[in-house]
Amino acid sequence: MNVHRQEQFDSYVADVPADRIKLKTHDLNFFYGKTQALHSVTLPVANKSVTALIGPSGCGKSTLLRAINRIYALYPGQKAVGSITLDRENILAPSVDLTMLRARIGMVFQKPTPFPMSIFDNVAFGLRMHERLSKKQMRERVEEALRRAALWDEVKDNLHASGLGLSGGQQQRLCVARSIAVRPEVLLLDEPASALDPISTAKLEDTIIELKADYTIVIVTHNLQQAARISDYTGFMFLGRLIEFGQTSELFTNPRSTQTADYVMGRFG
Amino acid sequence: MAFSPAKAAARKTFNGMFVLFCVVVTCIALASLAIILYSLLKNGIGGLDTAIFTKSTPAPGSDGGLMNAIVGSLILCGLGMVGAVIVGVLAGTWLAEYGGTSFYAKLIRFFNDVLLSAPSILVGVFAYELMVKPMHSFSAYAGALALAMIAMPVITRTTEDVLKLQPTSLRESGVALGAPVWTTIRKILWRAAAGGIVTGGLLAFARISGETAPLLFTSLNNQFFSLNMDKPMSSLPVVIFNFALSPYDDWRRLAWVGAILITAAVLGAQIIARILVRETRRS
Repeated sequence: MNVHRQEQFDSYVADVPADRIKLKTHDLNFFYGKTQALHSVTLPVANKSVTALIGPSGCGKSTLLRAINRIYALYPGQKAVGSITLDRENILAPSVDLTMLRARIGMVFQKPTPFPMSIFDNVAFGLRMHERLSKKQMRERVEEALRRAALWDEVKDNLHASGLGLSGGQQQRLCVARSIAVRPEVLLLDEPASALDPISTAKLEDTIIELKADYTIVIVTHNLQQAARISDYTGFMFLGRLIEFGQTSELFTNPRSTQTADYVMGRFG
Repeated sequence: MAFSPAKAAARKTFNGMFVLFCVVVTCIALASLAIILYSLLKNGIGGLDTAIFTKSTPAPGSDGGLMNAIVGSLILCGLGMVGAVIVGVLAGTWLAEYGGTSFYAKLIRFFNDVLLSAPSILVGVFAYELMVKPMHSFSAYAGALALAMIAMPVITRTTEDVLKLQPTSLRESGVALGAPVWTTIRKILWRAAAGGIVTGGLLAFARISGETAPLLFTSLNNQFFSLNMDKPMSSLPVVIFNFALSPYDDWRRLAWVGAILITAAVLGAQIIARILVRETRRS
């Protein structure tokens, strides 16, 4: 069984050329206390592309995402074993500075979480944390981030209004702007559209496709069509294991595993 | 069971009786409040003039006001609140964000709850032992300490409660941007919980502004205007206590005026707290 799985992983990894790999989890196991939530997950993430993680609820997609920026380290009982490399550096090593790591790997959550401050200050929050900028530079960076998140035109006259006054879709794009303002290399999106209406979702998807030019994006989604629309690579997870990983078109049209086939055909979920 | 008109009628009657009972009981509660406010205004409003705010407490039979007591109360409550807010907010933050369900957190939470319901006179005796006895003098410092110890558990409790109401995702988004946990708490969580924390502070202020018992053991009273923190200091509740029990009509009138002032201050604090709660809910 083990040998068989090892072979499978090798074939999956081969789908991403080694020189294109930005981030890679290798033999990653994750524990919530004594409960194991991830089993030996080996997932390559290609540079400047969108990688989607799909699978039924509780399969470990979000856990995998939360391991990558080590947000789990907030909680004493949670533990990752194995390795995650970012540009060949193991980011699970104890010597890694977590604030620096999170400046390189940004994250947007399922529910929009604007901070209780102005739109401008929301975007400037991370910048103030990591960089010393003049007022002019700060304004430029905030504008750049809001433009890239496709929110600038809607808020440019109201930058000093509270971020809490925006609509749900705008709030989520504000959170995207806030994350990309610090110019991370990798952007993790945890079901970013699940709380949004279809129009806001479409706008957010356009934003994600545009961001792909400069960022490496990993997105967890429940929406198979969304994964098919925006991602280059897709990983299918089930019961804490990565069952199949490949180019999105391949995985959806010609899945190699029967479980993947059943899931993408809508036979379970 | 089949529908029975007789049963429905009986149920209606019973419901009517119960509503009536509730209305009567509410009226009794409100009436007692109205009577208190009425006698307060009837006896005190006539004595409310500028001299109250410009002159100190008089000897029996001569002119005077409550200036020393008003200023003394402001100083005692102000200093007490400063200490209580610093310790209370930090303690509440620790309990909500760091302590969790650890043994020490449970212990502190338990003792805080005990302190929350401790009789205020005990707090006064404690401050007496701690400061008045070693310093061989009643002092405003001791009074402020006693008031701080009454306000602190209220603020600790409300701070912990409102911080726990903040969504986990708000904490995680701060941390995910590369902010250290402590920065996330200060810049995001405190701000999100500000309305609730300020409300807790105002409620604590309302609670200590009328406290008399702890001050009798600590700041005592002072017939004269004094800003000396090492010495006894006048305060409204203690002046009311002394003057209301006195045989002099003018002193008793001043006690009524002092009672109006405290009531107005507490009412003001409650109204501000209500407004803040509403504002927080809206956003």
